[in-house]
Amino acid sequence: MDPIFLKVVLGTMLLASSAAVVGAFSYLKQQSLVGDAIAHALLPGVVLAFILGEGRHPLYLIIGALVAGLVAHYGISFIQLRSKLKSDTATSLVLSTFFGFGIMLMSYVQRIGKGQQAGLERYLLGKAAAITMVDVYTFSGLALFLLLGVGLFYKGFQLMAFNQDFAHAIGLPVVFIRLTFTVLTVLAVTIGIQTVGVVLMAALLITPSAAARAWTKSLPSMLLIAALIAAVSAATGTLISSSIAKMPTGPWVVLVLGALGFGSLLFAPEKGLLFKRRRAREHRAKTLRENLLKLLYSQEERQEKRVKLSKAGIMQIRPMREEDVKRGLRDLKKRLWIVERRESKAPSYSLTDLGRVEGRRVVRLHRLWELYLTERLGMAADHIHPQAETMEHVITPEIESLLIKELGTPERDPHQSVIPYENK
Amino acid sequence: MEKSIEVHNLTVSYHSKPVLWDVDFTLPKGKIIGIVGPNGSGKTTMLKTVMGLLKPDSGYTEIFGEPLDNVRERVSYVPQRESVDWDFPADVMDVVLMGRYRKNNLFKRITKEDRRIATEALEKVNLLEFAHRQISQLSGGQQQRVFIARSLAQQADIYLMDEPFVGVDAATEDAILKLLRDMKNEGKTVVIVHHDLQTANEYFDWIVLLNTRLVAAGPREEVFTKELLQEAYGGRLTVLSKLGDLIGSTEFPLREPDFKEDKPE
Repeated sequence: MDPIFLKVVLGTMLLASSAAVVGAFSYLKQQSLVGDAIAHALLPGVVLAFILGEGRHPLYLIIGALVAGLVAHYGISFIQLRSKLKSDTATSLVLSTFFGFGIMLMSYVQRIGKGQQAGLERYLLGKAAAITMVDVYTFSGLALFLLLGVGLFYKGFQLMAFNQDFAHAIGLPVVFIRLTFTVLTVLAVTIGIQTVGVVLMAALLITPSAAARAWTKSLPSMLLIAALIAAVSAATGTLISSSIAKMPTGPWVVLVLGALGFGSLLFAPEKGLLFKRRRAREHRAKTLRENLLKLLYSQEERQEKRVKLSKAGIMQIRPMREEDVKRGLRDLKKRLWIVERRESKAPSYSLTDLGRVEGRRVVRLHRLWELYLTERLGMAADHIHPQAETMEHVITPEIESLLIKELGTPERDPHQSVIPYENK
Repeated sequence: MEKSIEVHNLTVSYHSKPVLWDVDFTLPKGKIIGIVGPNGSGKTTMLKTVMGLLKPDSGYTEIFGEPLDNVRERVSYVPQRESVDWDFPADVMDVVLMGRYRKNNLFKRITKEDRRIATEALEKVNLLEFAHRQISQLSGGQQQRVFIARSLAQQADIYLMDEPFVGVDAATEDAILKLLRDMKNEGKTVVIVHHDLQTANEYFDWIVLLNTRLVAAGPREEVFTKELLQEAYGGRLTVLSKLGDLIGSTEFPLREPDFKEDKPE
């Protein structure tokens, strides 16, 4: 790969990561729209800087963007403070006014033929191929500065996002922290628009965090994953847009981000949709297993000796689908909770010591829960069985010991069956 | 009587509508004090104003005879449990450690000593085994105890708690109460916003009865009388609330901000 192009790709990755890390705190504050407003509001600042700066040294751009961003931000706050408008209204008002003004300025620049229009248009949708080496170095430096800033203000930003009143109450300089965060956000947007442009900037600030949140529960690792997601998206977008003529970068970056975002919602552990489906399947398998164990255990209890049952025998006692019984028995065999005996033509099954402990546990939970329902919730004894059938597969050891404690280690359930404990 | 909190002629408004009207009282040290009143009586506003989170229209408050800023590190605040998003990516320890954040260590890393103090606080509220549990996975009572642990980690002298008994189970309620009494025995002052009259009588040594204005403040036996309770809870004060609506809608300033009653013209 061309070394200059490589630098551009690496640069955009760094830019996108730093924007995502700053954006993470907007996401956590549930102020996802603010970044969007600031991004749109930057346009007039950028265009003015372009006119005044004659050339396009990035320093002019940064200053122009910073001024426009801060004016927009405080404009929003001012409207909220001095009028009865809600924050989303105030935000949209400022966003559209500034953006309209920016577009007007852009047309003006085009009409007087001052700048090459291509140079300005890239700030709308991003054009990585148009980035110069000076841009890469300046903005990469700025990106590192942003990451440093977030590191330095980590405690402040974290607490302000989680519980602003508390930050205020313990005497943290909330105004200063908020101002710093605003400046960092404006700078993050300024460097972010190099890759995605002002129109799609919100996606770069928010989507990486929304995706990262699905994978982790700790803030530091959320920031790291968000940075990685942003970097991968930026690299992909830059590579694609550079290989197709006249293709802007922003839409590609945002499409990749979107794919990663939706992918995270689907595949992430615990919160992901697929995971939830798998958990439901596992619970069904557990229920099946425990029902079979309970059945074998109750037969032993009734006959007061070890029993063996064939598949047909099992289905006679408790109507179940044959394939379920088959699957359940296979599962139990694998766990060494039952053994298969082949004394006659049809194999029969009996509990192992391990399986008996499990079966006894399920029966115990069933009876404890029945007792709880009648004693504590005052339900009639002939209504409790179906409930206990469900709960016996759900109750954890922790809740079991609570139940036993609360009921005072009871001997018998409401149907006068003995509740079987392990050490008795 | 040694003073903890003093409130002088305090008037506070939300969107120019007065929520607290000319409230004036002094609280003792080393007691469990309840701020009690019906819904919308300005209890939380009272607490937030004392904590400097709301600016009063007139009047001022002092803690240990000084403005809040001079004694911040001796004051601890427990906001309402519902005021934060418990889905925030943090575990129990992360939140309790926030109690160690100070203006002067904002840019510093968390120290071993901070962790030791936070661990101790978690032990006191019986949550040590949950130290690395996600806060989103806690029950209401556990969340409340996390907030109290964070407050204990501040090692303050006075604790201001906003409805710490709301949405907690009976066992947690007992545990919190026992903790508060231990704190009192160590000489700490605890001020609690509380809306339940039934329990207020057993919990507090000293009671501030609010309903937009101050109904009464003093030792429980003196304040918990039928007449005073009826005055606080017996319906809205029609004239006062009408006047409040009027002021809210016309937005004329109620008073000059630096107005102080005790200074004659």
